[in-house]
Amino acid sequence: MKLRNHQDFWSGMMFVVLGVLFMVLSRQYQFGTAAKMGPGYFPTVLGGILTVLGLMIVASAFAKSNPEAKLSPVGWRELLLVLLGVLLFAILLPKLGLIVSLWVLIFVSALGSHEFNLKETFLSAIVLSVLGWGVFAKGLELQLAVWPKFLTQ
Amino acid sequence: MDGLITNLSLGFSVAATATNLFYCFIGVLFGTLVGVLPGIGPLATIAMLLPITYKMTDPTTALILLAGIYYGAQYGGSTTAILVKLPGETSSVVTTLDGYQMARVGRAGPALATAAIASFFAGTVSTLAIAAFAPPLAEVAFKFGPAEYFSLMVLGLIAAVVLAQGSIVKALAMVVLGLLLGMIGTDVNSGVARFSFEIPELTDGIEFAAVAMGMFGFGEIIANLEQRDNRQVFTSKVGSLMPSKEDFRRIVAPIVRGTVLGGALGILPGGGSVLSAFSAYAIEKKISKTPEKFGTGMIEGVAAPEAANNAGAQTSFIPMLTLGIPTNAVMALMVAGMMIHNIQPGPQVMTANPKLFWGLIASMWIGNLMLLVLNLPLVGLWIKLLTIPYRILYPAILMFCCIGAYSLNNSVFDIYMTIPFAILGYVCVKLNCEPAPLLLGFVLGKLMEEYLRRAMTISRGDPMVFVTRPLSATMLAIAAVLLIIVFLPSVAKKREEAFAEEEK
Repeated sequence: MKLRNHQDFWSGMMFVVLGVLFMVLSRQYQFGTAAKMGPGYFPTVLGGILTVLGLMIVASAFAKSNPEAKLSPVGWRELLLVLLGVLLFAILLPKLGLIVSLWVLIFVSALGSHEFNLKETFLSAIVLSVLGWGVFAKGLELQLAVWPKFLTQ
Repeated sequence: MDGLITNLSLGFSVAATATNLFYCFIGVLFGTLVGVLPGIGPLATIAMLLPITYKMTDPTTALILLAGIYYGAQYGGSTTAILVKLPGETSSVVTTLDGYQMARVGRAGPALATAAIASFFAGTVSTLAIAAFAPPLAEVAFKFGPAEYFSLMVLGLIAAVVLAQGSIVKALAMVVLGLLLGMIGTDVNSGVARFSFEIPELTDGIEFAAVAMGMFGFGEIIANLEQRDNRQVFTSKVGSLMPSKEDFRRIVAPIVRGTVLGGALGILPGGGSVLSAFSAYAIEKKISKTPEKFGTGMIEGVAAPEAANNAGAQTSFIPMLTLGIPTNAVMALMVAGMMIHNIQPGPQVMTANPKLFWGLIASMWIGNLMLLVLNLPLVGLWIKLLTIPYRILYPAILMFCCIGAYSLNNSVFDIYMTIPFAILGYVCVKLNCEPAPLLLGFVLGKLMEEYLRRAMTISRGDPMVFVTRPLSATMLAIAAVLLIIVFLPSVAKKREEAFAEEEK
């Protein structure tokens, strides 16, 4: 038995874990009967199916007919910086308003690229914040603060 | 026939209002734009613009806009496929084979014109096909009970998985995971808030747009950034647009065949534009007297797939509009768009909202006409757009997604929600799992549970109800046969070969 397809193995494991997790979480809801299904019925059944499918995928990862596939390394820089940008935008938006949070989003996420260029990012931040303000705050009249709270109050 | 004309004229009277014409134009313009740009597809764009449509008072306008993005993207994708060998969309991958070769020998103009004419013809025919076939299909759907609906959804999900690319078991698992994620939120029957972990926002369930933005927008941005490819654009001169008489003679039959094939495949779950284009190309190659010349700039190899992908994109609206079943991820977003405006997709849409139904269909033809007029003169502009580097593009996509997510409920909670789905989307890319089936499952989850529950209540817990009712039994049988067929070793091999061509 040799593990041939790492992608299949780990995706299968992911499905098994999630399937079991949903089944366990569903236990707190009433299961009911086939004729009178409780809120726990369908998710439990689905969780079971997901677990079985996951096990099949794990098994197939060892099959000789399966092409070999390794996992490519995780690009932590891209992953973390893009998501950090999004997270900061969500945290800052209510307090500091659209413009400041957009600049944070654009600068932090642009750092995720290997071709980061300060001048270029500066320019695109200006263009995008004007665009964002024009389209969303003015054009669509979204209810959001444009400037930081401490400035407007 | 009279009914058809009355209905279509009602549709045109709705679609031709200034507002609707305007949004139809915006839709096809945006669609062409994202079709041209690789790295962002119609799915992420529709997810981004979905929140904007919440504000629209008329759902017809909203759907006209969203639909325009989808078929507009088919046009845009072919332009770059021909000129720079970069398929903006998966559905135009085959167009690169012969389209780019034509461009290299100075026949980019006729190739572009052929693509546009083929798409327009296919768009016109499939608009008529929707108008003609949707009402009878809706008639059938009215006879459906809960058991039939449940079986139809099973069939739809299975067929979507079978016809899609990649591992079937993994795709099935993604569907099931999607169904489970769809369970999150308040159960309509018991009022119990499931899997919401005492978070008040989660009791309403997860916003569909947040899932789509996270998985297709953010997840793919991160994966794209990793690749570090430096896109270089070599443009060839477009030259004269008009195809010669000889060209016209050669493209007529492939366009007709592509339209018919694409239209038929588009109706099938999982079909849509991608499968249509590939099959149309394969058929042209098979029946051609000179199959060895394909790949060297055969105009038939541009005409047929371009007709097919547009026809397929449009006829995939038929099951969504008549049965309420989305057959691909874009249609799943359209369903979400309708539900926001309190329209439950299904056979009753046609009778309860005839203006919406026929207005949308008529707008598709108008949109296709706009694309024909808009695209050829603007080719130069689209090519310029391609030179925008991805490092500038993606912060803009992030901005639109973040503000879009906020505007769903005027709350930052939905922005937070996109983050776990971005991680899931990224993990899926790493583990070679297709994210689209998850979206289909997600949108169908609660409906499927509800139909299963009702069918089983009526039958007093007897699962035989699904096989004793003939319509339901037929659908389940087809689903079972589909599954058995793809697991037969010989077919499994053929299927791999068919999709291998796509990856080249």
